[in-house]
Amino acid sequence: MGSLQLKSIRKAFGTHEVLKGIDLDVKDGEFVIFVGPSGCGKSTLLRVIAGLEDATSGSIRIDGQEVAAVPPAKRGIAMVFQSYALYPHLTVKDNMGLGLKQAGTEKAEIDRRVAKASSMLALDPYLARRPAELSGGQRQRVAIGRAIVREPKLFLFDEPLSNLDAALRVQTRLEIAGLHRRLKATMIYVTHDQVEAMTLADKIVVLNAGAIEQIGSPMDLYNKPANIFVAGFIGSPQMNFIPAGKLGDTEAKTIGIRPEHIALSRESGDWKGKVIHVEHLGADTIVYLETEATGLLTVRLFGEHAYKPDDVVFATPDKASQHRFDTGDRAIA
Amino acid sequence: MSKARSAPLRTALIHLALIAYTLVALFPVFLTLVNSFKSRNAIFREPMALPTPSTFSLVGYETVLNQGDFVGYFQNSLIVTVASIALVLLTGAMAAFALSEYRFRGNTLMGLYLALGIMIPIRLGTVAILQGMVAAGLVNTLTSLILVYTAQGLPLAIFILSEFMRTVSDDLKNAGRIDGLSEYAIFFRLVLPLVRPAMATVAVFTMIPIWNDLWFPLILAPGEDTKTVTLGVQMFIGQFVTNWNAVLSALSLAILPVMVLYVIFSRQLIRGITSGAVK
Repeated sequence: MGSLQLKSIRKAFGTHEVLKGIDLDVKDGEFVIFVGPSGCGKSTLLRVIAGLEDATSGSIRIDGQEVAAVPPAKRGIAMVFQSYALYPHLTVKDNMGLGLKQAGTEKAEIDRRVAKASSMLALDPYLARRPAELSGGQRQRVAIGRAIVREPKLFLFDEPLSNLDAALRVQTRLEIAGLHRRLKATMIYVTHDQVEAMTLADKIVVLNAGAIEQIGSPMDLYNKPANIFVAGFIGSPQMNFIPAGKLGDTEAKTIGIRPEHIALSRESGDWKGKVIHVEHLGADTIVYLETEATGLLTVRLFGEHAYKPDDVVFATPDKASQHRFDTGDRAIA
Repeated sequence: MSKARSAPLRTALIHLALIAYTLVALFPVFLTLVNSFKSRNAIFREPMALPTPSTFSLVGYETVLNQGDFVGYFQNSLIVTVASIALVLLTGAMAAFALSEYRFRGNTLMGLYLALGIMIPIRLGTVAILQGMVAAGLVNTLTSLILVYTAQGLPLAIFILSEFMRTVSDDLKNAGRIDGLSEYAIFFRLVLPLVRPAMATVAVFTMIPIWNDLWFPLILAPGEDTKTVTLGVQMFIGQFVTNWNAVLSALSLAILPVMVLYVIFSRQLIRGITSGAVK
């Protein structure tokens, strides 16, 4: 249970088209992440799946059943929101149990499911508290617990980690990954953070301006981006894009090289340049340099390196790992 | 205020201004209260003086309680005010929710139309309202007053509440929808508690003009059974002789219920503000 098919989903607000025909197949138990810059329509798509927005056209099937006319509460979904969206007047326990209570589930069954979810999320000591008495991380766990209690076919996450601080974000990310392994449930997750996408997803859907740019596993997107947009969006620091003409490649329009696929040397190499800025991150050193052949270049070196601004260096790209793009910005295989 | 951000002179001036304003605002109330406890001669001889044993008199209050049915007038005023506030809050909040929550054709136009009432005083339509009430057989009923006051209070209520309701998180309402709450449950159980401070504000702004109104009771419900306090007081004001003791006593008494209502609402107001602050 828990598959999802989207067929040519379109959504327009007035004349402004937000989703321009989305086709997607999600298999049972998959962890799918929608990722893209803000305004790309990823949240709208999630709302359409949840039934909080109506699609202008297209079909949505959950478990093979068309749900366009089914209200959100009856779609067998649960949603976790960025702002937690806990009911301020209810205790943690009642927050988690409300959906079941509305559906007319027996009290004993509600208690059993709430107890199970709260022990899974280590929320037992807080069951009698109200949301105002909880920290941000605890509130987000309650919101996740509220979703688990419903035992949905489909979990929907709308940027659930955006309001947490960095340390808590990593911890909650691990919890969500663990949850997916344990529940083996289908999860759809929206984020603008490519690190979350890379670390959590079985399958990433890259969206841009209301259309799907590429669907694939994290490593597919990293190693074989279908176009310049995906190549630039996945990977940090961003891929270097060099006009192909400058490198004597007449077939391609743009050459892309990831910062980690460039070697630096003080003595010799392909491109001579000057260091502009260095960022020491401990495990990595990011070097920005200006070369005559390529213009601005970002290089990521592993470990610590003693480069300083104004140093003269030589950069050598790993030819095997370079990406070539044609005039339509599509990758040349 | 922290020490670093306050200058003593500045603080003193601010307090001076606030104290001055408080005195100005309280002075008429003070004058009314003080003189209501004095004999008629004392009121005219020294209007500013406090009642002394020789000038102290309860004759005003005795007149008020013996002449006319003041308990009945109070009851009328209370019924009209409370019912109008309740109707304004309920229907105003529902209209505001519809305007702020749902996208439908003519939403903005409807909002503007409803806000128009803030700019156009309802008294301009008195003649038409009277004709309407006569036709509906509602003259000399409290219902007529309640209907008119509800109409009078709605524009401001809708305007304030719809602005507030826009600030209620969409995620919260959507979470309710996914948990299977009906739109009514979302409105009553999720949205209304969060806009309670705004409701209290609207209640206070709606209450005062209704309680103090003389115009519509005089025109729509002047009968003995439906007189409100402000109308009842008029019987002590004559063309040639005015019974000031009675007028001042009646007005002093009239302050009390409205004060109680105000205290109730302002506590709501403060509770709403603080619960938001420590969230």
